[in-house]
Amino acid sequence: MFTHDIILIGGGGAGLRAAIAAAEQSSKLSIAVVSKVYPMRSHTVSAEGGTAAVMRDTDSLDLHAKDTIFGADFMADQDAVEVFIKEAPGELIQLEHWGCPWSRDADGRVSVRAFGGMSVDRTCFAADKTGFHMLHALFQTSQKYDNIARYDEFYVTSLLADDGKVRGVAAINIYNGRLEAIAGKAVILCTGGGGRIFPFTTNAAIKTGDGMAMAYRAGVPLKDMEFVQYHPTGLPGTGILITEGSRGEGGWLKNKDGYRYLQDYGLGPPTDTPVHRKMELGPRDILSRCHMQEYAKGRTFEGPYGHYVHLDLRHLGEEVINKKLPFVRELASKYVGIDPVYEPIPVRPVVHYMMGGVHTDMNGSAPLEGLYAAGETACVSINGANRLGSNSLTECLVFGARAGRAAVQYAAAQGAPSSQRLEALARDEQQRLDRQFLRKEGGKEKIAVIREEMQKAMEDGAGIYRKEEDMKRTCQLLRELRERFSNIAIEDRGDVFNTQLTAALELDFMLDVAEAVAHSALNRKESRGSHTRTDFPKRDDENFLKHTLAHRTPDGPRIDYLPVTITRWQPEERKY
Amino acid sequence: MNGTAVRPDKSKLHYSKMPPTWWLKKPAYLFFMLRELSSVFIAVFLVILLAQIHQLTKGPEAYAAFVQKLSSPGWIVFHITALLFALLHSVTWFQSTAVVMPLRLGERELPRNLVLALNIGAWVAVSAVILILFLALRG
Amino acid sequence: MAEPTITLKVARYRPGKDSAPTMQTYSVPYRQDWVVLDALNHIKDQIDGTLSYRWSCRMGVCGSCGMMVNGVPKLTCAAFLRDYPSQEIRVEPLAHFPIIRDLVIDMSDFLDKLKSVKSWIVRKVEKPVAEGEYRQTPAELEAFHQFTQCINCMLCYAACPVYGLEPEFLGPAAIALGYRYNMDSRDQGKDLRREVLGSHHGAWECTFVGECSEVCPKDVDPAAAIQRTKVDLAKDWFKSVLLPWGAR
Repeated sequence: MFTHDIILIGGGGAGLRAAIAAAEQSSKLSIAVVSKVYPMRSHTVSAEGGTAAVMRDTDSLDLHAKDTIFGADFMADQDAVEVFIKEAPGELIQLEHWGCPWSRDADGRVSVRAFGGMSVDRTCFAADKTGFHMLHALFQTSQKYDNIARYDEFYVTSLLADDGKVRGVAAINIYNGRLEAIAGKAVILCTGGGGRIFPFTTNAAIKTGDGMAMAYRAGVPLKDMEFVQYHPTGLPGTGILITEGSRGEGGWLKNKDGYRYLQDYGLGPPTDTPVHRKMELGPRDILSRCHMQEYAKGRTFEGPYGHYVHLDLRHLGEEVINKKLPFVRELASKYVGIDPVYEPIPVRPVVHYMMGGVHTDMNGSAPLEGLYAAGETACVSINGANRLGSNSLTECLVFGARAGRAAVQYAAAQGAPSSQRLEALARDEQQRLDRQFLRKEGGKEKIAVIREEMQKAMEDGAGIYRKEEDMKRTCQLLRELRERFSNIAIEDRGDVFNTQLTAALELDFMLDVAEAVAHSALNRKESRGSHTRTDFPKRDDENFLKHTLAHRTPDGPRIDYLPVTITRWQPEERKY
Repeated sequence: MNGTAVRPDKSKLHYSKMPPTWWLKKPAYLFFMLRELSSVFIAVFLVILLAQIHQLTKGPEAYAAFVQKLSSPGWIVFHITALLFALLHSVTWFQSTAVVMPLRLGERELPRNLVLALNIGAWVAVSAVILILFLALRG
Repeated sequence: MAEPTITLKVARYRPGKDSAPTMQTYSVPYRQDWVVLDALNHIKDQIDGTLSYRWSCRMGVCGSCGMMVNGVPKLTCAAFLRDYPSQEIRVEPLAHFPIIRDLVIDMSDFLDKLKSVKSWIVRKVEKPVAEGEYRQTPAELEAFHQFTQCINCMLCYAACPVYGLEPEFLGPAAIALGYRYNMDSRDQGKDLRREVLGSHHGAWECTFVGECSEVCPKDVDPAAAIQRTKVDLAKDWFKSVLLPWGAR
C-alpha cells in the first residue's frame, strides 16, 4: 500500500494546479497525482482559444461576473462566480510566472482577445494552443516540487471510503495489472468531463467521466448533468475542435447560400469587424441552436458526415491566421484538406463540455467527507446552464488551487488511515474486477457495440433539442445497455497494459454518467441555456431556477433539487 | 517515493538493439555517415600537404620526386575523391551554419536557404579571389 | 461492391508470452479519410480486442500515439492511409525505446531527462503574484516560442541514431526544452542547466544527424536547439577561460 496526505486523481489543468497548491502549503506534505495517462496527455492539452480573466483597466470584475451569470442563463451560483472572477487574474499571472508562453502585445503585456458572450476583450491566449501551453507549463513546473509523487498510467477504479470518509483510492497499475490501494487523508477528483458518452465530440478518448461516476457510486450526487454544451464549430466526422478564437479574431459563419445566418436569430446586425456578444460572438448554446434551425430550413450543406456550415476566415488574411490561429490552419489542412486562408472550413456543432458534475461547494468540497473535485469534473456551479468560452481553463486554475488548499486544511485534522481496512477494501475491489471482468467466462457483448449504442441513444434523446418521448426512450435504452453490460466479453486476460480492461471500466463509468444526464434532462421541464426542450420551449424560473441533483440508486438515478444562489444579479430575459 | 513516479518493471520490458548496419537503413543516415567520413579524407589530404611542404625543406630534387609520386593514378583518384568530400563537407557545413546561427531581421528569422545562399556565395567569391591570385602569381 | 481493404502488419509483444515482438496481419477497410489510428481502433473494436496502444486526442496535440509507420516515426492520428499506396502498412512501436507491450513503449527515461534539464522557470527571487506579470515583448517571445511547441511525442528520439546507440544521451526533446527555458526572458536558470546540457551525455553527444527535426510533427526543430546550445556552451566556456575573474 502507498500512503500520501493528498491524492489527486487526474493530472490535467485542475489536477496539476491542485497538486502544486497543496505542495506549496508545506513541503512536509506528500501529494500523489494518480492519472490513467501521462499528465501532459490530459485533455486540457486540446483547449485552444484562451482563458478569461479581468486583466485590463477597461474591464471590471462585475462585468465579467455579469457576463458569466448571463451566459449561464442564471443557473450559476453568484457567490461562487464572484469568488471565481476575483481570483482569476492572480491565477493567470501565476501561470505567467511559471513560464506559460502567452501571446503578447507590443508593450510586453499578455494579449487579450474577444470571445463568445464576453462584453470586452478578456481572453488571454497563447496563439490557439492555450490549453496545450497551460498544461505543459503546469506539468513542467510540477516537476520542481519534491513532495509531489506521480502515479502515471494508474487507472483508479474506485474511491475507498471508511466510516463515512474517503480514505484513498483503488487503482490498477496498468504496467503490471496489480490493483493497489493508495491511502490518503483527502482525495481530489480532477478527471475532466465525459463527452465520450456522445458520438460526435471534441473530447479526447480519455474523457469518459470516470471521476464523476466514482463520486456518484460513492453516494455523492451529480449536479446539473442535463447541461451539455455543444460547441458550434467542430469538424464534421472527427469532431475536432476549431476554436472560438477564430470567431474572436473575426471569423464568419455562413450557410450554404454564403449568408451570415446568425442575423436571422436576433444576433445581428452583421458587421465586418467583430462586435462583442453579437453575431459570431454570441454564446455557444445559442449558436449551436441556430445551426440546427438552419438545418431544419434546409440551408446547411450536406456531406458524408451530415449537415455543416462554413466558418469563413479568408478575410482575416494569411498573416493574422498564421500568427493567431496557426493550429486552426494546421487542423483544417490536415483533417479536411482545407486551407482556411483560401477556403472556408466546414463546421458543425459537436459535444464539447459538461457544465454539470460532482456537486461541490466553492472550495471544491463534495458532500462526502474527504472528497474534493475541481475542473470539468466538478460542478460548483459557475457555469450554470451554459459555460462561456474561455472560462473553463480559468476554472481549472481557480478551483484547482482552492480545492488543493482546502484539502490540505482538511487533511491536517485527520489521522492516518487504517491500512488494514483499506487493504480489505482493495481486496473487495479486486474481487469485483475479477468477477465482472478478469475471471468472467462466457461474456457475449462487445465493448464497442454497447459504447456505440449508448452514444447513439444519447444523441437521439439528449442532443441539442430534447423532448419527453425521446428522452424516455433513451433512459430505457440506457437501462437495457446497463443490463447487457453485465454480459460483457473480455478476451484480454493479460496483466500488462490491458487496454481492453480499461476500455470496459471506462464504459462502465460512462453508462452511469449517461444515465445521470438523461434522467436529469427528462426531469427539467423547461428550456434554459444548453438544455432545450421542444415540449417546454420557455425558461421557467418559478419551477426550475434550481440545481438538479442526481443520486445513484440500483434502479437508476433519483432526482432532487437545490436552490440557486442569487446575490446581486436578478434573473432577467437572456437576450443578446 | 516523493518526487518520483512509479515505473514499469524493467524485467518485463523488451529491449532491442540497433544492428551494426543501421546507417544503411535510411538514405538520411547514409548521407550522415558520408558527411562524417568526409573528415577522414580531408585529414589525409592535409597530412599529405604537410608532407609536401616538408619536402620543400629537403631541396628541389626531393620535392620534385614527391610530386612525381603524387601524380600516380591512385593518388589522383584519391585527390579527386578528397575534393568531392571536401565539397560535401563545405556545403553541409554551411547548411549547419544556417541552422546554428540564424540571422534575424527584426522579429523574423531569415529563411535558412537564404542564409545558406549567402554563405555559399561568400565562399565561392573567396575561392575565386584565391584562384585569381594563384594564377596571377604563377604567371 | 465490396469495400476496399488494406493490410496492416502490426507488431505484437506480450510480456511473459512472447520472447520477442512478432508481426500480426490484419485486413481493415480502406477509407480516404482514415488515419492509421482509425485502422488500429477498427482492429481493437471489431477484430482483436487484445491489441494495445496509446491514443487520446486524435488531433495531433496530446502526443500519445507515436509509432513507427513503415519504419518512420509518425503520429498515427496524422498518418493517413491514403498516403501509403502500397496496400500494406507496417505499424511498430517507436524505435529505440523498451517495449512494454504491443505498440506501447516505456518513456520513463525521457521523463527523468526532462526533469534533469530543469524544464521550468528558475528565478533567483520569485516575483510575488501581486506585482503582476513579467513584461515580455513579442520579439522576446519569438526567441523561444518555437521550442515551446514540443508535445513530448518521442518521435525525435525514435529517429535519433545517437539515442539508439547510447540511451544515456539526453536527446532532442529534453535538450530543446532546456534551451527553451534558457532563452526565456523570464528565466534565470541557465547556470544550473549548464551542468546537464554541457555534460558528456548532453548536447555534445549530438552529431547533428538532423533526423529529429525531420520527423518532428510540430516543427520544433530540436536539432537547431541542440546546435545553438553547443554554441552557447562554447561561448560560456571561452568566457570562463578568458575572463576567469568575471561573471559569465
